[in-house]
Amino acid sequence: MHAGVITFPGSNCDRDLAEAFRKAGAKVTMVWHKETALPQGLDVVGIPGGFSFGDYLRCGAIAAQSPICQAVVGFAQRGGHVLGICNGFQVLCETGLLPGVLMRNATLKFVCRPQPLTVATSASPFLTGYKAGQSVTIPIAHHDGNYAAGPELVAALQAEDRVAFTYEGNPNGSAAEIAGVLSENRRVLGMMPHPERAIEAAQGNSDGAAMFTSLIESLQTA
Amino acid sequence: MKATVHVMLKNGVLDPQGEAVKHALGSLGFEGVAGVRQGKVIELDLADGTSEDTVKAMCEKLLANTVIESYSIELA
Repeated sequence: MHAGVITFPGSNCDRDLAEAFRKAGAKVTMVWHKETALPQGLDVVGIPGGFSFGDYLRCGAIAAQSPICQAVVGFAQRGGHVLGICNGFQVLCETGLLPGVLMRNATLKFVCRPQPLTVATSASPFLTGYKAGQSVTIPIAHHDGNYAAGPELVAALQAEDRVAFTYEGNPNGSAAEIAGVLSENRRVLGMMPHPERAIEAAQGNSDGAAMFTSLIESLQTA
Repeated sequence: MKATVHVMLKNGVLDPQGEAVKHALGSLGFEGVAGVRQGKVIELDLADGTSEDTVKAMCEKLLANTVIESYSIELA
């Protein structure tokens, strides 16, 4: 499997994300934001956490308009797999690949801690290694993770089984405690928690590792 | 020419920063502050003859996220 990890100015989880893909067995190519095309033959694109373009204007807004993001949108529309973590989730919402928007935490405070989550569905190539209803602990670290979605959107996401994770104890005011959402084709996943920070025992726990191994297994059997 | 774009959260969207400012004003002793909404003002220095439609496109594409924000444009 071949993963591409995008680096924007201000990305700071790009190497961790690359390492998580590598540890699961993927070949990884780093992609600079000024590139206008993705490398040939990618199976998945990772959009990492951080503070792309200094969070100027709105988190993820300027990254979403960068040349490489236009290529990522095309890749997703052709059925490619995309994983956006933290700032990457904000970028995916700003591109319109995922619905909703991430606003300032309701507490107004940056929140950084291991966060218990409930896996809301296992019906995605990223999630087959989990069971729906399972509790996992994955670190969060964000100031703008308050998932804002109107009641109609929340109802639609729930009806279509597109909520990937929910928080156990809402850390940021997110609608319906939503921590991650899937695209209609279930191949684009955006989430605020950082699974790449929980892939081996040395990091405290390895609950996030299954996301990367699930994806590789799903792609190999596909 | 110049354009001024005001970007505000839409009515009904909770504004945690505005709420915090409201509470801070209250704790400073300013009474009767029933609500505070915080937004952005963006000043654009544009080539003469730039149309309002062009500025509108800038707002739709980048300056505002119309899921949660509304905008208004003043040309001068």
